[in-house]
Amino acid sequence: MRILAVIRQVLNAEESVKVKDGAVDLSSSKLVVDTMDEYGVEQALRMREATPGIEVAVLAIGPSRCEEAVRSALAMGADRGILVEADVPLDVITISSIVAQVARAETIGLIFCGGQQADWDSHALGAATAERLGWPQATWTHALSLDGDQLIGKHAVDAGSESFSLPLPAVVTTQQGLNEPRYPTLPNLMKAKRKEIRRESLDAFDVKPKLKYLGAEVQVRERLRTMIDGKDSQAAATQLVDLLRNQAKVIQ
Amino acid sequence: MILIVAEHAEGKLSKSTYELTEAARQLKREGPVTLLILGNQVGAVATAAAALGEQVLVADNPALSEYDPEIWAAAVAQIAREGEANTILIAGSRSGREYSPRVAVKLDAPLIEDAISFHEAGDALQAEHYTFLSRVTERIQAEGTVVVVTIKPGSFPVAQPNTSLAEQYDVQLELPQRRLIVTGQIKEKTERVSLVEAEIVVAGGRGVGSPEGFRLLVESLADQLGAAVGATRAVVDSGWRPYSEQVGQTGKTVQPKAYIAIGISGAVQHLSGMGKSKLIVAINKDADAPIFREVDYGVVGDVQDIVPAMIRELQQNPKSETTKDQVH
Repeated sequence: MRILAVIRQVLNAEESVKVKDGAVDLSSSKLVVDTMDEYGVEQALRMREATPGIEVAVLAIGPSRCEEAVRSALAMGADRGILVEADVPLDVITISSIVAQVARAETIGLIFCGGQQADWDSHALGAATAERLGWPQATWTHALSLDGDQLIGKHAVDAGSESFSLPLPAVVTTQQGLNEPRYPTLPNLMKAKRKEIRRESLDAFDVKPKLKYLGAEVQVRERLRTMIDGKDSQAAATQLVDLLRNQAKVIQ
Repeated sequence: MILIVAEHAEGKLSKSTYELTEAARQLKREGPVTLLILGNQVGAVATAAAALGEQVLVADNPALSEYDPEIWAAAVAQIAREGEANTILIAGSRSGREYSPRVAVKLDAPLIEDAISFHEAGDALQAEHYTFLSRVTERIQAEGTVVVVTIKPGSFPVAQPNTSLAEQYDVQLELPQRRLIVTGQIKEKTERVSLVEAEIVVAGGRGVGSPEGFRLLVESLADQLGAAVGATRAVVDSGWRPYSEQVGQTGKTVQPKAYIAIGISGAVQHLSGMGKSKLIVAINKDADAPIFREVDYGVVGDVQDIVPAMIRELQQNPKSETTKDQVH
């Protein structure tokens, strides 16, 4: 079986976000593989280690710089990479069409992607891709194993969590708790340099964007920033309760 | 029509349904505001919905007794097609955000995720939503006449019921087979208000010291205030609290009237889940904790002393009843 792990290159969470000309500007920021997507890469590698005959491919869709992210996933141990170069912002429904086309061409049996991407805060890629392929999905998965042609796992739902079984082929979205992604070792970093990354042009996929991006602003909410010294805990508690009651009026 | 997929649980409409209704009423799009009820034995829910919409479509079917993303998507897409819906409004809950992409693909429509506001621009729909872990507000425009929108919980006010009841219509659906087979369930066991609907959230981080500390500080204060309980990723990863209580990038997003953070340092992933709260309060012994850059009221001190003192203060001088959830 072939597993496809979809990855996105995102802003390192510790970096501040810069906006230029009405769009987020990442040109001078530190970029990393989205943590949520790393869970998918790691899970694919674990499945390969547990079951013979599994190949792990990673797919990134974005500007040329995303090659670095693909290279990181290869250094974790993925077998090969695919980079669909796209310099324009694409919405998730459009991207799902590209992922589905790649999955069909590569005869993929299982797709992983992050439960929520840290750049566009989207939850939709897994489900939209599954719909295009006519496959079932499990989202927000925090435990997963392969059992013949079924997946067995646990995932979060509105009111708690569920254990499930799911027939393959399928799309699985990840979340924390699924695993601890490995760090690339030095030999694997060296090996990753020789692994294949196939570049494809966006033109090879017949897609028409469904969203227009009109602008972006960094949101700063003005806070009161009233600080209370807590050395005298009773006095601090009294003052805080008084503020909550009489200034903010959030408690009675 | 403007199609709202009503969320409900235990025989009652969820708060999100009232918010979706208010969003639909504000939207000047063609056709009646229509609430779709999916479920089994949902008569009471349909009656409640009749006070909100201009019409109510009821799919009362044993196959709809438990949510499933493929079944929900098929049902909503079928109704949207048959009713020629121009706008499909779905709650930004975990399930809503899970099946809405399938609806968009089925209808070949754009998807706007987690909208906080929207308005007409000619025939198109423009919306605002947060990106980059809720640090950026992005403005987008959906191309096409049909659009699927999920609405971020808490972004719209709660709709007031109409004085007259709308007509209810039964609908027949062609539903697919369930492929995700649920083999076990762990329900969130909480007698408190739900985390995403609560007006006050009391949340704890590793700074509370231990699972026992969490119980004595966070849960006790929450119960005193009639609040929901939240936790940081570190607390959940340590096994002190269940995932269902986690607030942040990988957990729930909340925007209550007040968020009280106890022993939470304020990692950016946590802030992304609660940074839109109307009022933020933090108690932490580290004056340099990043959370203090985001607070309205910050107390620098020992949570082990300050929180019990707060609880005593609230018990000794109760002015009246504590705040309760306003939707019934």
